Amino acid sequence: MVGIVGYGAHLPRHRIKVEEIAKVWGADAPSYKKGLMLREKSVPTPDCDTITLSVEATKNALRRAGGINTAEIGAIYIGSESHPYAVKPSGVTVAEAIGATPEIHTADFEFACKAGSEAMFVCLSLVKAGEVKYGLAIGGDTSQGAPGDALEYSAAAGAAAFIMGTDNLIAESVDTFSYMTDTPDFWRREHEFYPQHAGRFTGEPAYFKHTIGAAEGLMRKAGMKPEDFSYAVFHQPNGKFPMRVGKMLGFTKEQMEPGWLSPTLGNTYSGASPIGLTSTLDIAKPGDMILMVSYGSGSGSDGFVWKVTDRIDEVRDKAVRTRKLLDENLTYVDYGTYAKFRRKIKKNA
Amino acid sequence: MRDVAVVGVGMTRFGELWEKSLRDLYVEAALSAIENSGVDRIDSMIIGCMTSGLFVGQEHLGSIMADYLGIKHLPASRVESACASGGLAFRHAFIEVASGMSDIVMAGGVEKMTDISGDGATYALATAADQEYEVFHGATFPGLYALIAVAHMEKYGTTRDMLAAVAVKNHDNGSMNPNAQYPFKITMDMVKSSVMVADPLRILDCSPITDGAAAVILTTVDIAKKLGKAYIKVTGSGHATDAIALHSRDDLTTIAAATAAADKALKMAGKTIKDIDFAEVHDCFTIAEIAVTESVGIFEPGKGGEAVLKGETALDGSFPINTSGGLKSKGHPVGATGVAQIVEVYKQLTGSAENGRQLKNNPKVGMAQNMGGSGGSSLVHILEVA
Amino acid sequence: MFSARDWREYPRRYRLEAGKCKKCGKVLFPARLVCPECGAREFETEILLETGKVLTYTVIRVAPSQFTDQAPYAIAIAELTNGVKLMAQLVDCDVDDIKVGMEVRIEFRRVQTDDHHGILSYGYKFVPKWY
Repeated sequence: MVGIVGYGAHLPRHRIKVEEIAKVWGADAPSYKKGLMLREKSVPTPDCDTITLSVEATKNALRRAGGINTAEIGAIYIGSESHPYAVKPSGVTVAEAIGATPEIHTADFEFACKAGSEAMFVCLSLVKAGEVKYGLAIGGDTSQGAPGDALEYSAAAGAAAFIMGTDNLIAESVDTFSYMTDTPDFWRREHEFYPQHAGRFTGEPAYFKHTIGAAEGLMRKAGMKPEDFSYAVFHQPNGKFPMRVGKMLGFTKEQMEPGWLSPTLGNTYSGASPIGLTSTLDIAKPGDMILMVSYGSGSGSDGFVWKVTDRIDEVRDKAVRTRKLLDENLTYVDYGTYAKFRRKIKKNA
Repeated sequence: MRDVAVVGVGMTRFGELWEKSLRDLYVEAALSAIENSGVDRIDSMIIGCMTSGLFVGQEHLGSIMADYLGIKHLPASRVESACASGGLAFRHAFIEVASGMSDIVMAGGVEKMTDISGDGATYALATAADQEYEVFHGATFPGLYALIAVAHMEKYGTTRDMLAAVAVKNHDNGSMNPNAQYPFKITMDMVKSSVMVADPLRILDCSPITDGAAAVILTTVDIAKKLGKAYIKVTGSGHATDAIALHSRDDLTTIAAATAAADKALKMAGKTIKDIDFAEVHDCFTIAEIAVTESVGIFEPGKGGEAVLKGETALDGSFPINTSGGLKSKGHPVGATGVAQIVEVYKQLTGSAENGRQLKNNPKVGMAQNMGGSGGSSLVHILEVA
Repeated sequence: MFSARDWREYPRRYRLEAGKCKKCGKVLFPARLVCPECGAREFETEILLETGKVLTYTVIRVAPSQFTDQAPYAIAIAELTNGVKLMAQLVDCDVDDIKVGMEVRIEFRRVQTDDHHGILSYGYKFVPKWY
């Protein structure tokens, strides 16, 4: 048996509302809010980046893992599309911060928004193969959205961490399934600051095709139907897509709501479905089955079936719940502050 | 130990002295001190300078200043204790004469702070604090003293007005000092409405960036008598350090290094604080003056601010502090300050303070308190009329 | 920031490693070679606790060049739950809301960024303890 031994998320405190962004670009806020099913998004302060969010998410995961020896973590993988360095891995800093060096394997992963779920997949595999005792998988981002572009309303920041192992599981990994093709829906060339996307092409041939492909393939492989799941978590680039894909697959709103954070969080990219999973685990009961399907542009989806164990009741409140981080103690900023925080303002070198 | 005297003093004007280089400044002050003392030679020279290396890229000050003073093969050294470098130079000169090693020693201090950008100056000054555990996190000098101010206000109820009163009083005195950088009066309102630097300290709570030099000649009392010029006796010298980082100290509201240095100096002089008639105190920030007057026992802990408001530290008060205008009005060329304090004490004790700032009640014993960083080091000297 | 200097500081900046004097029990951050309390020379590693109370603070409005974009920012000296005092920035709160005695926790943050091409310096900052 392999699965999650500890989980945790971390979100920044600042938010910006859709109206604030729309005002600056002369856009119609109500129609953006309706079309994206999005009201506001998280904003990282300049001292937050993928590494800092990952460290804090990991600390929460360690709290729930209940006193494991960090030196026994054999692998740390961080998936992000906003690693602070183009060359120098984020993983080693997290490893150093939690005292897991030097006997460890780390690597940074990228695959647009599914880099976090890949880290999860690889960690589960290493644990299953007996290569490592614990594997730490993190999905986190502080992604940029180009000014005035539709993605500016949703590009947000956050991270989730999962410690995979074989003992004292909180949730067992029952099955996995991945579905990838070469689909150029969203990309960023080297040295470019902002990403590009192909407009409506990012919908049906990209997000929906791969999410559905992975979800249906996974359920077929596991011999399960939507009704067999208590909860479903999908990649959430905005509020609308996950709800639509869930419905298309046969899931209900109630199954998706606990893991549906994008309306007030925005799109945390590599953190999106992983953070959705942490939020679902926070309220899940022993025996619950959870479906999680990520999506990363380029494109591909990783699907997971999780079975919650008895241990969830003991550990869920050993660290702060994701919804609390999402909803409480928030500071709203105006566009100028947001642009300054996100380094969108040209300055003298 | 022999009896030591200060027999001549000199200083440049303090200010933004664009035309004068580091060596120009030092030589000017040094020549003035030599002339005023009547000596025809000096045996050795100790120069206090915080960081000519960072400000103008020049180290090896002993060599360059002896060279430019035209004294061949003069033993000359440079000592450093951040903003207490001048006081430290004075102490080492005192020790050299008192011990019998030399008969006539110059103690000088100099800093050339305006050749570098504002950022460069901030960086250089910050080397007096703890680089790894204070400066790395964004602490600045005003920031460190602001931390002391907040703690002091929290513990004793010290007010914003009390801090402003220090600046106003020092400018009142400085307006009569021909060498002061800012020889004009200011008002409480001006202080309280000046731009905030680090809450609660505003720009007029802070001493400025200054160029300047000061020098004094120390010799034995016997030689001083023979020279025939006005001299004063150095009867006490105390030196102490304390943890460099604010957070390592037990009490954030007092300067333990100043207390320890003052205790040692007073003991050497055979005096108590009650015997001191006036003092030059290191007011790098208004809160510093208040905290030091309490730390050395001039006022009870927590009562320093009230005393300033009541006028007790004014020229005509019960214990005049900083008759020179202090660092605030006179200026603070870091390495020169400690020596400039001695210059002022000398003037007051020899009845030669200019323009009406001479204390009228025939002061007999003066104190000079110099300190480095946020109180990581302090030098206290007691001087008396001949 | 300088590579070797940053790297040498990881135990303190990343993991809050302090030194506990084996003789008198005093906890020192950073760890030292000589105990200032009792003069002893033997220490064991102790990790600082992550919560504490503000002893004093200020708001830096005129900042050094590496920090100008952050101004105004607060710095504080806090006493952690095991009696150790240290200084750090206090972030994620309105500077007007800071009070002496406020409870804080430590978070891992970027402390300095060396323009466009230098290394990134990570370390600890205080945030208000709201959970």
